[in-house]
Formats: sequence, C-alpha cells, structure tokens
Amino acid sequence: MREVAIVGYAQSPQVRQERVLNEVEILMPEIDKALADAGMTMDEIDFVCSGSCDYIAGGAFSFVGAVDALGATPCKMESHVEMDAAWALYEAWIKIQAGEIKTALIYGFGKSSVGQLPDVLSQQLDPYYMAPLWPDTISLAALQANVLMQSGRYNENDFANVVVDSRRKAKSNSNAQLAGDLKASDLLTAPYIASPLRRHDCCPITDGASVLIICEKSALPNNGKRPAMIRGMDHRMEVHQLGLRRLDDSVSSTQALAQVTAQSGISVDQYDIAELYAPFSPQTLILRDALGLDDSVDINPSGGPLAGHIMMSAGLDRFGMSYRAIQNGVDRALCHATSGPCLQHNLVAAVEGV
Amino acid sequence: MDIDLEPIGLIDAPIYHKYHASSSRAITPFLHAIKRGELMGHLSSATGKVLFPPLGACPESGEPTSQPVILKDSGTVIGFTTVHLPIPGSKLIPPFTVANILLDGADQACSHLISECDLNDVAIGMRVQAVWRPEEEWDFGLENIEYFKPTGEALVDIDQLQTECLAAAEQRKQEAK
Repeated sequence: MREVAIVGYAQSPQVRQERVLNEVEILMPEIDKALADAGMTMDEIDFVCSGSCDYIAGGAFSFVGAVDALGATPCKMESHVEMDAAWALYEAWIKIQAGEIKTALIYGFGKSSVGQLPDVLSQQLDPYYMAPLWPDTISLAALQANVLMQSGRYNENDFANVVVDSRRKAKSNSNAQLAGDLKASDLLTAPYIASPLRRHDCCPITDGASVLIICEKSALPNNGKRPAMIRGMDHRMEVHQLGLRRLDDSVSSTQALAQVTAQSGISVDQYDIAELYAPFSPQTLILRDALGLDDSVDINPSGGPLAGHIMMSAGLDRFGMSYRAIQNGVDRALCHATSGPCLQHNLVAAVEGV
Repeated sequence: MDIDLEPIGLIDAPIYHKYHASSSRAITPFLHAIKRGELMGHLSSATGKVLFPPLGACPESGEPTSQPVILKDSGTVIGFTTVHLPIPGSKLIPPFTVANILLDGADQACSHLISECDLNDVAIGMRVQAVWRPEEEWDFGLENIEYFKPTGEALVDIDQLQTECLAAAEQRKQEAK
C-alpha cells in the first residue's frame, strides 16, 4: 500500500445560519487556508474531489459553481460524490493507491440552514416504501435509540452524558458551534423532540465548509508540520431497509475496522483518540461498542458532530480534527464517517503521526 | 404468475421542499444595481478581466472578486442561435434568437435575446444595444432588459476584439499590482 499523509486542513466557522455568503463564498477562503496550512499552491494539486448535495441548499449544480473557487484554468482533474466528503477523501486515496496522482485537495460544504435538513434527508430513503412516508432523520435516529434502550445497554442518562462530554471538550475547539458546561440532570428535564431524543441529543444545523489536503509520501511538502499518515481506510454499507438490520449495532463499522486493522497493523487499544461521526448522541455509544473502544480512547476530543455538524463535510472533519490533534501531540487517531439513516454506511480509517 | 400483472407506470409520491434561500455577497450588489438600471460586473485583480455577471470568484484564478465595475448596456454578439422549438414553461414564442453578448468593457459574455430585426440578419460581430423595460417594471433580475437590438454599426472583427480585450485586461492587471 502506498503511504499517504494528511498535510493540510481548514474549516470555516461553524455557524447556525450564514446570512450573507453562499456556499462557494464560504468555501473559497478555506481552500486558501488549507493550501497555506500545507505550504502548497493549487498548481501542486493533482486531483480535486468534493462531497456535497444540491438538496441541502436547494440550488441546482452548486457543486459545479464550487469549481470556480478552484481556478479551473488550466483544467483540473476533478470529481464529486453526492456523499459526505470523507468518501471524496476515499476516492482520492484510492487514486493515489492506483498510482494515478500524488496529491489531492478534498472539500465538502453544506448550507443546511436554508432548508429543512431532517426532511430533506428523507429523500435518501427507499423511494417506494419509505420516502413517501417522509420519515425525518431525527425520528429515525429516535427509533434507533429506542432499540438501543430496549437492549438494556444504555438509557437516556447515558445519552445525556455523551452530550455533556461533547460540549465540555468543545470548549477547547475555537471553531465549535456548541460548547459549555452542562449537567446531565438538567438536560433530562428538556422536552422530547422524538422520544427518547431531546434537542441536545441531535447534532446542530450548521453552515460551513472544510478542506483537506493529502499527499503521497514522495510528494510531502516541506512545511515543518507533522504528517498524519493514513495507515488504512475501508468502508462498508448495510441494507437500505431499516427493518432488515440490527439498529443497536453497527456491523459495517466493525467490518470496516477489521479491514483497517489488517491494513494498518494498529490494534484498537493503540488509538489515543477516536473522532466519530455520530450525529445523534446514542450513535456515539453504538459506535463505541461496535469499534470496541474502551475508556482509554478519548472519543471526539474536538466535541464531535454534536458540537458542530457541517452536513456533507462532518465526516471529512473527523480527519481534519485528527490531523490537528496529531499536530498537538496525539500519535494515533481512529477516524469514522457515516452516511445514510441510522448509521447505514460507515467508513473507518487509521491515522498516525510520524 | 407475477409476470402477468399489469406494470405500474405511475404512483403518487409528491416531493416538495421549502427553502429560505438568500443570494450571496457577490450577487446581492449585482441585483441591487440592476434594480437601479445598472449593469455591475466584477474586476478580477488576478487577471485584470471584468466578469459579468459576477459570481464572486474568478474562474481563471480561483481568487475572490469584489471590485464593482459598472458596464455600458451595449455590446457585441460573439455567438447566437435561433430557436425554433417552444420551450416548456417559457413565455417566448419561437422563432427567437439567443445570443452570447460581450458587453463593452467586459471580458465574459452573457446570454440574452436579440430582437427588433430580421433574425436572419443576426451575425457574429453585430453591435447591439439593450432595450430596457419601463422603469416602473424593474425588478432584481436581468429581465429588466427585454432584449438587445442591433445598433446598425458595422460588424466587429471578434478576433481583433479579443486581442483588444486581452490587452486591456493585461493593462488593468498591471495597474492592479
């Protein structure tokens, strides 16, 4: 396997509603910042890959407009996934593995505030049996949370504690949207949105964009920073119909991790941190169990998606946050991204500072 | 047995989403300007080119643009087609002619209608002038211009026009430095 490193990252402010800028305008400065972080110029980027979804802001071909922000003269080798940008990263990583490119810039953006995100996401469901019922993401996550509670492993107090932990850690993330000292007992007095989920159990609506730069080892920029090597990466998808899979487990995460462990040689107890894309608090617990993480692993030290959730780049942000943690002395990070309702599709990667 | 069933070609599953969209840092001033009857482009300091209509990014350099340039409402046809098929939902009655028009002072063409002439006379290099709707009808859109009409000036050699535009852009680029 070719050695690939994360060498640059930038994330826009995570805000509840960006009133002035459109998606391209949010993205543009972050491309410059990520290039500056890597100590590279656009000319040195072989491939650009993005993750976005036009349904989020309701503008057709918004991802094509974003190409203007790249300066597409001379033409760029470019691709796009209608998925979280973590999968755009996967595509770029595979392209490096195939020997086609040495460097890639990956970005994702979402301006969720202009639409009704939980309803918009019902469009990703099966068009005959599920989508006509318009089940929103919060209701589906609540369904999953109830199954988890029925298993007897966790209760609402555990969900609240995940939120308390996220907000507390987010205090040290200057870009976090939600941070602070909360008490689980206070949180549990809040009304339900969809039982057993309360507002704080759900990721916030966030407008923003993120950019990540990766390089094959032979093309590492000499920028004095610590490269974060991607030692392994895999993703697995479960069935579309929610009734056909176990909602209180994440089998696809377990399988992806097994593959990553084989690729990287890093065992799960060697990770210092795990950045998990769990947009709802109970999913943090499902993933922690499915990945076999114990208390020695610091989960979502950035605050995670509950402290800021740029739809379409929140998965890529797990890699960006891990890269930053590695700059600050962390050695090994487990990165996770999800796509689809109730953790349908999961991507896992091992990232190591050298 | 199942293969004997009548295929179902239509089910009722309407999809509707509501968005509270807003324009953007680049587009908002453009829309306010056209409401006043002004055509606002952006100068790209990286290339010296004047972009109309402005999107806030220079596609050539990738640099953000914000410096407004008010353009004249006359220009040159650099490409056109005459449409003979009706467009679903369009108020336009065919045949009508759509042209790529390079406004005087701009480096990027915009599309609009050509009228007040025999459509067979439309040609590349033709000089055209905007015909505005009555001021009381002006709104936030390029529809404030109803169409462009020929000025009757001599045809322009568009290769020469391109050379002149590139030279002017280069000069603006140097001035911007």
